[in-house]
Amino acid sequence: MAVVPKFVGERIKRREDPRLITGTGQYVDDVRLPGMLTALVLRSPYAHAKINSIKLDAAQKVPGVVAVLCGDDLKDKVGSVPCVAPAEHVPYHPVLAQGKVRFVGEGVAVAVASDAYIAQDALDQIEVDYDPLEAVTDPEQALEAGAPILHDEFKTNSVTLASVPNPAVDEAMNKADKVIRFRIHNQRLAPVPMEPRGVVARWEPGYKQLTIWSSTQIPHLMRSQVADMLKLGENKIHVIAPEVGGGFGAKLNVYAEEALISHLAITLKRPVKWIERRRENLSGTTHGRDQIVYLEIAANKDGEVLALKGRFICDMGAYLQLLTPAIPGFSGLMMTGCYKIPALAFDQQMVFTNKMATDAYRGAGRPEAAFIAERTMEAVASEFNLDPADVRRKNFIAKASFPAPTAGGLVYDSGDYELTLNKALDQIDYNKTRAEQAAAAKEGRYIGIGIASYVEICGIGPSALLPPKLKGGGWESCTVRIEPDGKVTVLTGVSPHGQGQETTFAQIVADELGIDIDDVTVVHGDTALVPYGIGTFGSRGTTVGGPALMMSVGKLQAKMKRIASTMMEVPPEQLEFRNRTIAMASDASKSIALQTVIEAAYGYKTVIEGVEPGLDATSFYEPSACTFPFGTHVAVVEVDSQTGQVKFLRYVAVDDCGKVISPLLVEGQIQGGIAQGIAQALYEEVKYDEGGQLLSATLMDYAVPKANMLPHYELLSTVTPSPVNSLGVKGVGEAGTIGATPCAYNAVLDALKRLGIRDLDMPLKPETIWRAIRDAKKA
Amino acid sequence: MFPASFEYHRVSSVKDALALLSQFGDEAKILAGGHSLLPMMKLRLAQPAHLVDIGAVHELAQIQEQGGRILIGGLATHHSVETSSIVKAKLPILAECAALIGDIQVRNRGTIGGSLAHADPAADYPAAALALEAEMTLENPGGKRKVKAADFFLDLLTTAVQAGEILTQVSFAALGAGTGGVYLKHRHPASGFATVGVAAVVTLKGTNFDKVRVGITGLGAKAFRASSVEKALAGKASDAIAAAASHAADGVDATSDTYASGEFRAELARVYTRRALEQAVARVKA
Repeated sequence: MAVVPKFVGERIKRREDPRLITGTGQYVDDVRLPGMLTALVLRSPYAHAKINSIKLDAAQKVPGVVAVLCGDDLKDKVGSVPCVAPAEHVPYHPVLAQGKVRFVGEGVAVAVASDAYIAQDALDQIEVDYDPLEAVTDPEQALEAGAPILHDEFKTNSVTLASVPNPAVDEAMNKADKVIRFRIHNQRLAPVPMEPRGVVARWEPGYKQLTIWSSTQIPHLMRSQVADMLKLGENKIHVIAPEVGGGFGAKLNVYAEEALISHLAITLKRPVKWIERRRENLSGTTHGRDQIVYLEIAANKDGEVLALKGRFICDMGAYLQLLTPAIPGFSGLMMTGCYKIPALAFDQQMVFTNKMATDAYRGAGRPEAAFIAERTMEAVASEFNLDPADVRRKNFIAKASFPAPTAGGLVYDSGDYELTLNKALDQIDYNKTRAEQAAAAKEGRYIGIGIASYVEICGIGPSALLPPKLKGGGWESCTVRIEPDGKVTVLTGVSPHGQGQETTFAQIVADELGIDIDDVTVVHGDTALVPYGIGTFGSRGTTVGGPALMMSVGKLQAKMKRIASTMMEVPPEQLEFRNRTIAMASDASKSIALQTVIEAAYGYKTVIEGVEPGLDATSFYEPSACTFPFGTHVAVVEVDSQTGQVKFLRYVAVDDCGKVISPLLVEGQIQGGIAQGIAQALYEEVKYDEGGQLLSATLMDYAVPKANMLPHYELLSTVTPSPVNSLGVKGVGEAGTIGATPCAYNAVLDALKRLGIRDLDMPLKPETIWRAIRDAKKA
Repeated sequence: MFPASFEYHRVSSVKDALALLSQFGDEAKILAGGHSLLPMMKLRLAQPAHLVDIGAVHELAQIQEQGGRILIGGLATHHSVETSSIVKAKLPILAECAALIGDIQVRNRGTIGGSLAHADPAADYPAAALALEAEMTLENPGGKRKVKAADFFLDLLTTAVQAGEILTQVSFAALGAGTGGVYLKHRHPASGFATVGVAAVVTLKGTNFDKVRVGITGLGAKAFRASSVEKALAGKASDAIAAAASHAADGVDATSDTYASGEFRAELARVYTRRALEQAVARVKA
């Protein structure tokens, strides 16, 4: 038999892809059950309105319609959509509106029919009598006296005010050479997973058993919350997250439909399917960002930043989804970025508005933080006429300082920020590019070089960091089972939906056991198979799920070594796994076939004292700390001064996510991340008008970038292993997004610097740039 | 997402299609590539009781050259126009225009007749059709009639196609020697439609303009010929382009939307007109 190769660190193609590319994967919409009905939800066309009455009878009479319900029918039957994050005001959030609607797209009624066409016919027959109310969509206006109040019981639109004061900040402001002040708006974005949300629910009356197929990132956490909403035992609910076509944080949530469709399946005693439409996805799936910050920077002429102070206004939307008010905290804590800024103070005012709730979106608070930190560096460079790369070098946390405590109270695990900056600048040939920029300027052209060095927080994390009401901590679970024939099944508590742990985890197991990658199958996303797990979000899949896997593999290795030790009469500590054998480390010729040991474990003909039969191990890994991936991105752009269009000339990314298990997958994550990061800088914007109408409700309006709108990426890396976990990994799911937004933004602003343009709102649309240039030239 | 119910008719000739149109009147709609009609039906903004699918009328998909004219059937997809060797050789600007429409899926299904008859104010083809002085053939139960591009686009989503008529063919004169054309667009980042699109076709006599035709789409409710630009260039040399292009948006009520204001669109029309004319001249000279 051929020698088994090593897999970790190799450029292995994703093992998930063949079935996805050939259309043989199973998404929620592929679930087809006998007798299954289709549900469609009627949604509010108003941002804010009183519901006087809802007439359902005409809809109920449409042939083929099985049920039509509205919010009042569900009172006391289905509980509130949960928010587990602490806040002063957490409103009741019905699965269908009761008495009032508070954003465009809020569910008002549901029709269940034999197919979607008939269900739509039924929705067309529902008459809702609304009394439109004044709406408020600007979070600053929502705080003003006399603003329309969303939730009357609170008498205010303030959700909560979180303050992290620090008197040292005011001292620094007094003694600094200069205090620079400006406002930043990280605009509202839509996550836009390629697969929208979807739910299928089946109730088996004889067994009193509910099965929910949902496109979710958190099957177990969702099960716990839906059990609460429906007052069912968790052991009576089986949740399956089949193929999930992207989540980006938007499926790190518990939605009205998960409970509503389950309730319908239980009461109608028939399976019910609901598949979200794109318009619903853009209006009724959580949005991201939407944070305003009034920033104050205390800095000295040499570029040293002494303190940062931020007053945040964070738009929560109309209701609070699972973690809505918890997201901005990361923006505050991480806003000092890669820099040894000694003093930080911030407060965050969370606000209700007549819009969809915000929540996690790729980066979840850290992109906003990195944007603040990197705008800070550029502002200081501009103010004192310094090179932006030098300002970063001046302020970087030094390599020797790790583990590095920060002004935000975090401890960064490991890093070498200047290394990534130098590598990126070398790749771009910084001095030569600056010279080309100057030469182009003489020809009237506008070339800009943008730099962003970022650090982010991943591997969340120690359970104390997660809200108590989540019913799950920051740990992760994994079962590894070696089957009697030697094949290995991995059952992980993480719930990958594009991250590729079916590949990564198989690479790790194959190497650890000395077997082929094709002998390993990774199972996830099924609460009946997998031990309780926390799920996939915050770049935690491999960072937290990986060590759990290692623990279980380690338990099985120890057990098999004990069995082999008895059979070979060699002490277990002298044995290692090699090429489908357990062999003596010092003498490879003394070995026993792995399969022989496996058969001994299952056959159990020889009882070994203290060794149970079988080969199955479950572990729960609680991380001791978070990890902090980092990197530097550099972009070169040219701005067309006549049309305001931005063209990328170069894009270099140097990312450090610790040890790399699967280089191809890491590159894929970075590429997709950069695309979404550039999208925030240049293209995407969820836009509501003053009356709360959603103006970006279709993909004809909401500008998800296509390949031709993105640059060619030059991807480089450095490797600084994390000391936090046994794999040395840090997480890479969000890094690209976090680095790319400030990088692209800074590049465009650098191109416009000679016109005195210092500050523009994102996205940097051609018209925004064109107006700024025109106004600057007029002045 | 889910159209109201309708009856589906698949025909194999224009004659049969016209017969169904006259039978069902306002209740019927022609289905070609479906790229304008189906989205409206899915939103139930259009609820035709009868859909007459002309997809199997294969002769309508042909592209041919006859007597110095290029004849493109109404059912020719954007992709077939983009890749047609006849179009590429004789009307390169039209192939380039087709290549800039939507994305590959749209180009594989969408048709030239459907696009022109729908007359979306931001569609690409109308600008090229105007600048190339295309001629549309409309068929009705009584026979055929021909309408010049300049008389075809009447208003927002409104053309010279009458109820009961089908746009069966678009005819273009092949570009002759001394003539060059360019289509430039500012692509809407989400929809791919033309925020502004400018087609410029110029004929030079020596170093001066003999004939200039400029079609502009996206700027207002309908695509139009920028006659003030054309007039300003008559008989002039190419150094007159900048001044002439400044008239590109004259007299047009420019559209504003969340992506681009009317003021910006008008500026884009001027800039793209200038660039399209300059590039068209360069092509003739090359």
